[in-house]
Amino acid sequence: MPNILAFAEQRSGELRKVALENVTAARALADAAGGEVHALLVGGAGIAARAEQLGKYGADVVLVCEHDAFKDYNPEATAALAAERIKSGGYRVAVFATSAQGRDLMPRVAARLGVGIVTDVTEARIDADAVVVQHPINIGKVIATASIVSTPAVIGLRPGNTTLAEHARAGKVEAIQPVGDPAAARVKVKEMKVGASAKLDIGDAPVVIAGGRGLKSAEGFKLAEDLADAFGNAAVGATRAVCDDGWRPHSEQIGQTGRVVSPDLYIAVGISGAIQHLAGMRTSRTIVAINKDKEAPIFKIADYGIVGDVAEVLPALTAAVREARKSH
Amino acid sequence: MKIAVCVKRVPDMDARFRISADGTSLDEAGLKFDINEPDAWAVEAGLQLKEKAGQGEVVVLSLGPPAVQETIRKALSMGADRGIHLAADRIPFDGFSIARALAAELKDGAYDLILFGKMSPDSSNGIVGAIVAELLDCACVTAVSGLEMADGKGTAKRELEGAQEFVEFTLPAVLTVDEGLNTARYPSLKGIMAAKKKPLESRPAQLGEPMVTIESLAMPPDRPPGKIVGEGAAAVPELVRLLQNEAKVL
Ligand SMILES: Cc1cc2nc3c(=O)[nH]c(=O)nc-3n(C[C@H](O)[C@H](O)[C@H](O)COP(=O)(O)OP(=O)(O)OC[C@H]3O[C@@H](n4cnc5c(N)ncnc54)[C@H](O)[C@@H]3O)c2cc1C
Ligand SMILES: Nc1ncnc2c1ncn2[C@@H]1O[C@H](COP(=O)(O)O)[C@@H](O)[C@H]1O
Repeated sequence: MPNILAFAEQRSGELRKVALENVTAARALADAAGGEVHALLVGGAGIAARAEQLGKYGADVVLVCEHDAFKDYNPEATAALAAERIKSGGYRVAVFATSAQGRDLMPRVAARLGVGIVTDVTEARIDADAVVVQHPINIGKVIATASIVSTPAVIGLRPGNTTLAEHARAGKVEAIQPVGDPAAARVKVKEMKVGASAKLDIGDAPVVIAGGRGLKSAEGFKLAEDLADAFGNAAVGATRAVCDDGWRPHSEQIGQTGRVVSPDLYIAVGISGAIQHLAGMRTSRTIVAINKDKEAPIFKIADYGIVGDVAEVLPALTAAVREARKSH
Repeated sequence: MKIAVCVKRVPDMDARFRISADGTSLDEAGLKFDINEPDAWAVEAGLQLKEKAGQGEVVVLSLGPPAVQETIRKALSMGADRGIHLAADRIPFDGFSIARALAAELKDGAYDLILFGKMSPDSSNGIVGAIVAELLDCACVTAVSGLEMADGKGTAKRELEGAQEFVEFTLPAVLTVDEGLNTARYPSLKGIMAAKKKPLESRPAQLGEPMVTIESLAMPPDRPPGKIVGEGAAAVPELVRLLQNEAKVL
C-alpha cells in the first residue's frame, strides 16, 4: 500500500501552519492511492501533545520522537531520524514544506536515502512508475512538470499552496527513538531569536500588505502597518529595494531572493512590480495594486488597481476596511 | 584555509523565455547568462575568508557545457585562484545528479569550506549544497546570512520565517549563502587580465542516472485581466465592495 509520510514542522513546541498543510496534502495523495498518512513529529518534551491536531487533518498514525536534543531544530539528527523512518516504513512519498527549515532538512534526507527530490511543488500525483510534480522554474515564469522516478520520492510543498482541510483520522500515536546520539551533532543551533512581536508571519497570513519604495521611508511603512492592523489577519512584506535600504528586515522580503507567498489577498502599495518581485507573489489568489504611476507593471498582474498616491489612498482604505470588518 | 566555491551559470531572469520544440527545455537563443547572484556572494565570502586568514586558496567549480568556463573566469577575475570545469552537454535539471558529480570532484580535495549559493533561480530548487554535504559526510549550514570563523569553528546566522537562528558548526563544512552576507565585488580590470592566466582544468562530470526528469514545460496560465477601479481615495469604496462581493476576501 502506498503510504505517505508527512513531516510536521514545529517551532518552540507549536505546530507551524505548514505542518497542517503537509498532512492535508498527504491525505489527498494517500486517498488517491489507497494508502495511509503517517505524520512525523520531532520535538522537545511535551511535543506529543500536538499529535492530536495532526490526526484532525488526516494523519492515521503520528510518529512522535520526543527528546531534549530536538527542542531546537537539530538538522543532522532530524535528517538521520527521518531518513531511517522513511526507509524502514517503505513510504512511497515523503512530504516536506519548502520553508526555511524544510529547505535545510529535505535535501539532507533525500541524500541519505539516495532518492530524487523536487522542492517548491505546487501539485503532485502518484503514477504507476513515478511521482509527477509541478514545480515553477525560472522564478515562476515557466512551469515544469517533472517525474521523480525513485522510490521513495522526496517532495517539498510550496507553503500556502494547500488549502487546509480537516479529515478526522485516528492520529494513533507511536513513540519512536532517535537514531544514534542526537546530541552529538557537528551543527548546533545555539539560539533562536523570534521577531520582536508575536505578529503573523507573511507566509502564514491570509492577507499580505507589501510595501515598496513608494512608501518613501521606514516611517512611511506605518501606512502599511495600519492597513494590516485594520484587517486583523494581515502581515507586512516588502520589496528588495526597501530591505536593501534597511527600511524593513530581509525576513520580510518577497520575491526571487526573498520569500514566496500565496495569500488570499495581496495588496501591493508603492511597488513597481519588477519580475523578481512578482516571482514571490504571483500565485496570490487576489492581487490589489496601489501606485501613482498608471503604467507601473504591477497593474498587469493585479486583479484590482487604484491609481493614486499611497499617502492619500492608504488612510482611506484603512478606514474603510475597519468599517467593513466592524459590520461583520 | 582551502575553500571551494560551486558556481552556476544562469540565464538573466528578465528574459522572455521560450520553450524549445522538444517541449522539455528552454530555447537558449538570445538569452544573457551570468554567474548566479548568490554564488557571487559565495565567491566573495571565500575571498574575504582567505584575505582575513592571510593565506589559503579559493577554487571555483562549475558543471555544464563549455560556456560555464566564462562563469568560472568571472569568479577568477574577482580573485579566486583556479577553476575546475566539470564538462557536461548541458546543466541537468536533477539537482541530485549535479551534487553527485560535484561531490565526486570535491571528495579528495581536502577543503575546509565548500561554499554554494542558497538557490539557483532557473532550477528554483535550493538543494545541491546540502546534498553535497551529506554525500561528503560533513557539517552543513544552509541559507547563511551572517558568518564568523575562529579556531577552526564557525558561527552562522540564518533567516527563518519571522525569526533568526544562530548556529555553531565544525570544519570541514558546506555553507550555502543567502542574501545579506556580503556584497560581491566587481572584477577590476587588473583582475580580469590576471584571470586569463589562472589555471582552469576541465574534465567530464560524473553525473550518473538522473532520478528526476522534466516531462514537459508550460507557461503559467495568464491571470484573468484585472481592472483599474479608479483614481485616488475616491476609488476606495468601490475597491472595498469588490473585495467583499467579488473576491470575497473581506
Ligand atoms: C538578481 C535579482 C534579484 C532580485 N530579487 C528581488 C526580490 O526578491 N524581491 C524584490 O522585491 N526585488 C528583487 N529584485 C529587485 C527588483 O528588480 C526591483 O528593483 C525591486 O523589486 C523594486 O522595488 P520597488 O518596487 O519597491 O521600487 P521601485 O521600482 O523604485 O518602485 C517604486 C514604485 O512606487 C511608486 N510610487 C512612488 N511614489 C508613490 C506614491 N507616493 N504613491 C504611490 N506610488 C508611488 C512608483 O510609481 C514605482 O512604481 C531583484 C533584482 C535582481 C537583479
Ligand atoms: N551546474 C552547477 N555547477 C556548479 N554549481 C552548481 C551547479 N548547479 C547548482 N550549483 C550550486 O548549487 C547551488 C544551489 O543550486 P540549486 O539546488 O539548483 O538551487 C547554486 O547556487 C550553486 O552554488
